[in-house]
Amino acid sequence: MRPLVEWLQANVAALKGVPPDVLYLLLLLVGALIVINFVAISAMFFIWLERKVSAHIQNRYGPMLVGGWHGWAQSIADGIKLLQKEDIIPAGADRTLFRMAPFIVFVGSFAAFAALPFGAGLIVSDLNIGLFYILAVTSLVVVGILMAGWASNNKWALLGAMRAAAQIVSYEIPVGLTLLTVVIMAGSLSLVEISRLQEGIHPLFRVAAGGYVIGLPNWFVLQSPFTFVAFFLYFTASLAEVNRTPFDIPEAESELVAGYHTEYSGMRFSFFFLAEYADMFLVSAVAVMLFLGGWQGFAGPQFLLGTAAFILKAYLLVFVQMWVRWTLPRLRVDQLMDVCWKVLLPLAFVNLLGTGAWMLA
Amino acid sequence: MQIPAEAIVFYALTAITVLSGLVVVTSRKLVHSAFALVFAFSGLAGYYVLLSADFLAAAQVLIYVGGILILILFAVMLTHRIESLDIRSETLQLLPAIAGCGAIVVLMLLAVYRTPWAVKEPQVLTQTAQSIGSLFMTDYLLPFEVASVHLLIALVGAVIIAGKRGGQ
Amino acid sequence: MVTEFAGVLVFIIVGILFLAISLLLARLFRPHHPTPAKLSTYECGEQPVGQAWIRFNNRFYLIALVFIIFDVEIMFLYPWGAAFRELVAKNLGLYAFIDMVVFIGILLVGLAYVWRKGDLAWIKPQQRF
Repeated sequence: MRPLVEWLQANVAALKGVPPDVLYLLLLLVGALIVINFVAISAMFFIWLERKVSAHIQNRYGPMLVGGWHGWAQSIADGIKLLQKEDIIPAGADRTLFRMAPFIVFVGSFAAFAALPFGAGLIVSDLNIGLFYILAVTSLVVVGILMAGWASNNKWALLGAMRAAAQIVSYEIPVGLTLLTVVIMAGSLSLVEISRLQEGIHPLFRVAAGGYVIGLPNWFVLQSPFTFVAFFLYFTASLAEVNRTPFDIPEAESELVAGYHTEYSGMRFSFFFLAEYADMFLVSAVAVMLFLGGWQGFAGPQFLLGTAAFILKAYLLVFVQMWVRWTLPRLRVDQLMDVCWKVLLPLAFVNLLGTGAWMLA
Repeated sequence: MQIPAEAIVFYALTAITVLSGLVVVTSRKLVHSAFALVFAFSGLAGYYVLLSADFLAAAQVLIYVGGILILILFAVMLTHRIESLDIRSETLQLLPAIAGCGAIVVLMLLAVYRTPWAVKEPQVLTQTAQSIGSLFMTDYLLPFEVASVHLLIALVGAVIIAGKRGGQ
Repeated sequence: MVTEFAGVLVFIIVGILFLAISLLLARLFRPHHPTPAKLSTYECGEQPVGQAWIRFNNRFYLIALVFIIFDVEIMFLYPWGAAFRELVAKNLGLYAFIDMVVFIGILLVGLAYVWRKGDLAWIKPQQRF
């Protein structure tokens, strides 16, 4: 953002007199507004997509009427409906915490987007510790979920919240360890730097013919066998992080109604929903940044095509998450913990040591 | 026009930290005290950022908000008397407590004002994580490995204590 | 670089304002007719029985404890991981790698202990030893 301030002051006459700090703050605000709109629109698109994907997997059509073409406006209609719904706070609830919980859940997932590069140079806060920051700030979501479950004074909500908290914190360990394999390869925690290191064509898997070099991209997922395994471990663990099937015990509708947001209605409910779909995009975006080349992908001007490549890849991973959700059955709670502590964690450790050895070799 | 942005942020953080700290201490509902810790911990992380310790700030949020706080919340929800909606923390021995706290405040203020603090110009934030990592591998290798042993002891201790409490 | 964190602050404030404004906006459109039945706690249509604030399985507590240990470990490993490439370039790679194997190894002993005791399982098997 700083270079943009300098560029604007050098090239736009009207902005020369404005103090750079004020301009910087305004740019940050504009960036935040763009990102929040992107997140909201993406979430609405994902909700529509989820309904279409689930429908087609189950041999149905899904929404077809609203807006004409394949019910594309269904999410907008749902949003307007939610806006008109009565805001019910149960009499037995803890009102303060009940109101506060959606804020913490949403801010926890939205603040992470500040450090996410959407393309070459398109980042609001280029932190040196970007990846570690994202890991840290998303842990606020767990606190918000527990708050929601507790404040509702509802058995399903509290049980769902407890399960969600136990599951999310457990799976945070494999997530952290698998991301670490890429950090070791890259020697940096900055997402911009990590993405830059995946430029070009793979040094091994390539053919040179007639002046052209064709080959696989130099993405981290292909740079060593250990990062290849790490990508799949991360993707599995991240499904649990965002409470998606097969790890959706926290909101298993057949036993827990709706999990921690059972008592929420109207707009407050929609915030939880928004945060959930924002999180889905976030874990996919992190996977793309670290393993799948970030904004590398299309030849040409990186400013626009890079952003398109990044968003396309992240959307594709979100689609895979939906595909998995509507294909696999749900794990039992004891199996859930076993998968984390007895399968993913040892594998992640072995993988980590392997990456260290690979770097030495 | 120079905005004293850092000062504004500092006082805002102080307000958040102190007020949430007060809620932690004075709230009669145990759960409210626990949840107020979110803001106290996050405020502290903000201080670390102002001190150019970005890695430490993120670690503070990761460990305290994402770990310790969850543990505290689980512990609160595991207490026996939780069935009564309003478990109250009671105030005992108010006067000795005030006297003790007052003495500590005086002592700390003395320490703060008497110490010749080494004042340093704010530094450009460099690769703090890498520097910490390099230091772990060179100057602070022993503490680093001892930390691992410490964690092992904590893990074993936790399992034993939790096993006993489970009454199996 | 400290100012890069200004973006984080702006995101937090914008996030809070976004929710607050949408809630205020919704107030203009939404009805407000509370009735005792509407405000009662949902329990699948039955009258709610007792409080929800019940005492929980201490399995949750144990998971959180084990989690914190590994969380702290991850916090220690990240600086190491970020510095490793540099250390390899400086020919300190093997040294740093062995340090890390020792560090992780000690904790894996702990994991093996907890595993053997059966405390990783959600339903703890009967005591065998």
